[in-house]
Amino acid sequence: MSAPDAGGVILDRRIVANEWLNLADDATLPAAGKVIVSLKRFRAERAGLDASGLAVGVRIPNTEDVSALTLELSSQPLLAVEIPKFADGRAYSQARVLRERCAYRGEIRAQGEVLRDQLLHMSRCGINAFELRADQDAQDCLRAFSDHSLVYQQAADGAETVWQMRRRQAAAAR
Amino acid sequence: MYRYDELDQRLVGERVAQFRDQTRRFLAGQLSEDEFRSLRLRNGLYLQRFAPMLRVAVPYGLLSAPQLRMLGHIARTYDKGYGHVTTRQNIQFNWPKLEQVPDILADLATVQMHAIQTSGNCIRNITADHLAGVAADELLDPRPYCELTRQWATFHPEFNWLPRKFKIAFSSSTLDRSATKVHDIGVHLVRNAAGELGYTIYVGGGLGRMPMIAHQVRAFLPELDLISYLEAILRVYNRHGRRDNIHRARVKVLVKSLGAAKFTEQVEAEWAQLKDSDLRLQPQDIENIRARFDRHSYLEAAAADDGSYVAHLAADARFAAWAKRNLRVHRQPGYAAVFVSLKASGIAPGDVTHQQFDAVADLAERYSFGEVRATHDQNLVLAEVAKKDIYAVWRRLSELNLATPNIGLLTDLICCPGLDFCSLANAGSIGVAQDIFDRFEDLDYQHDIGELKIKMSGCMNGCGHHSVGHIGILGVDKHGEEWYQVTLGGSAENDATLGDRTGPSIARADIAGAVEKLIEVYLEQREDADESFLATYRRVGMAPFKQRLYGGAEALAEDEAAA
Ligand code: SF4
Repeated sequence: MSAPDAGGVILDRRIVANEWLNLADDATLPAAGKVIVSLKRFRAERAGLDASGLAVGVRIPNTEDVSALTLELSSQPLLAVEIPKFADGRAYSQARVLRERCAYRGEIRAQGEVLRDQLLHMSRCGINAFELRADQDAQDCLRAFSDHSLVYQQAADGAETVWQMRRRQAAAAR
Repeated sequence: MYRYDELDQRLVGERVAQFRDQTRRFLAGQLSEDEFRSLRLRNGLYLQRFAPMLRVAVPYGLLSAPQLRMLGHIARTYDKGYGHVTTRQNIQFNWPKLEQVPDILADLATVQMHAIQTSGNCIRNITADHLAGVAADELLDPRPYCELTRQWATFHPEFNWLPRKFKIAFSSSTLDRSATKVHDIGVHLVRNAAGELGYTIYVGGGLGRMPMIAHQVRAFLPELDLISYLEAILRVYNRHGRRDNIHRARVKVLVKSLGAAKFTEQVEAEWAQLKDSDLRLQPQDIENIRARFDRHSYLEAAAADDGSYVAHLAADARFAAWAKRNLRVHRQPGYAAVFVSLKASGIAPGDVTHQQFDAVADLAERYSFGEVRATHDQNLVLAEVAKKDIYAVWRRLSELNLATPNIGLLTDLICCPGLDFCSLANAGSIGVAQDIFDRFEDLDYQHDIGELKIKMSGCMNGCGHHSVGHIGILGVDKHGEEWYQVTLGGSAENDATLGDRTGPSIARADIAGAVEKLIEVYLEQREDADESFLATYRRVGMAPFKQRLYGGAEALAEDEAAA
């Protein structure tokens, strides 16, 4: 079993206790609680996991085409996406497809090099939970969500875009 | 000019505050070098050989007079008195202090400027034809579409951590003046057979160590689908572009490895999912942007051209020589586009002093609707001058050392900062530019040689676009010495082509002489004065040039064997 994560967890812009256990592929299942397993293990042990009574989240490799996973994963309460290096942006595309195309409503959690200055964009892409790297100050990280108050482009957060505001302003002026 | 609305302005202001805080955390030791590096690059800040370098964005190369004055102010206050026009129509400062960069950005924000995404592995400044809006061969002004694309790309949450940098260029004219086919995406505004407005989309061009010409992925994309289609391309690239090898990470490598057909298929499949989403533009979105560009009220032709221009041409031979080279046709009768040459002897190509920034701002305000453009050939353009004013403009430009009559000629060469400034450089380029200048100072000789594009880069990254120079010069490191590889026959225009290597690289001391030999061969071989260097090369091929450069006994140099 992997050690509990040292960094804080932010869920829906609040600092929370981490309730989820990251399970290695060869670790035994706990008796109760919430676990995150790899997609590989999830597929290999699906029946057993479904019957275990555990809440099961699935960790998706960042090379995976998530649009093909909808049916398989839509009822899982949590999907974890990987940020192996902070400069690796693949999970951002995965999260948007999960939210906007697959209409996934559960928790999408970023794991890996999850750093303050990336949180706002991640959350715009539909990631709503963040396992912060151990050295990150969770309190300070919360401030990152308000770095910008406006957005130009639509994304998974449904924020009204500058272009939509202009349409509205123009309509009001007519 | 595009004028910011309150929303554009607020976003830029917030960016300044964000970067100020990032800089503070870095200086306080709360951000690692590596992490801050990625953040500062996305704000155009490099730490270079001698000092930081700050690259200021000039969207599609368009500048207002107050912006030019601000650049002059920054050059004076935070730098050593000058700035530098880059091959991507941006402006760089080579000597700012890290601690002062947030203040510089705050100053820039007061004139609706910023340094957002001028570096880093994200979508970079959107470039366009420097004659946009005035060219006679233009379908329609591409800049509102560039501005839409700029806004879409600005802080795009999904595409800020791409495998590699990503460059988009627009063209809307018969002659491609923005080198679209050597960009990651080239967008051509077109009308289809039914007369509807739209775009032809090219993907996968690029320079650098694997130069490639872009492939057409879509012949006609309807006008309102621009953003959804760009998003589809970027998503395919973000997901599948290589991240294991920085030299294989550009989209051109993905297009090449999948094949253009397969890549196109993936983009189209992604787009099928996006085209009817909120990403689809409404006509009003384009109108909202277009309405924020200034409209210029031109004088009647007879008032704009009162006959004095022709009289000055006849009376002043120096003026006539300059007018012949440095003016271009404006589609409005009575007007012309005036090129401000940043290629004078003794000046690094593209450098502008703070006095020149201020003086050009004055000229723009007085004679060209308050606007100036930066070109990817590293010059400036006062694009809308009435013919009656051209003589006065020329006199002032002459006083400012900005009237070298060499636009499009041999000494209008483009070059990257090279060893003098850039930590990646193998060799100098500014010094070579000066050597070439010295050899060809005789302007009559340059005129006789005619249209010629020499492009020079200090290393394989190719910021000086050497691969698409009629003559390309690339600095290489040979046992710690500066050597140069020469290519011939490149072009970045409609007939985009990559140059061919002449042979073994040439020593620093011999490179200007080598250019001279190439010119001699051209002059001997051309059919008449109308046959350009490029046309002649295409007709006669490499052999006579090679023969002259290396003689018969061409040693098989190690770098040739290795190529
Ligand atoms: S081509 Fe090389 S040397 Fe020149 S600016 Fe680019 S990275 Fe630096």
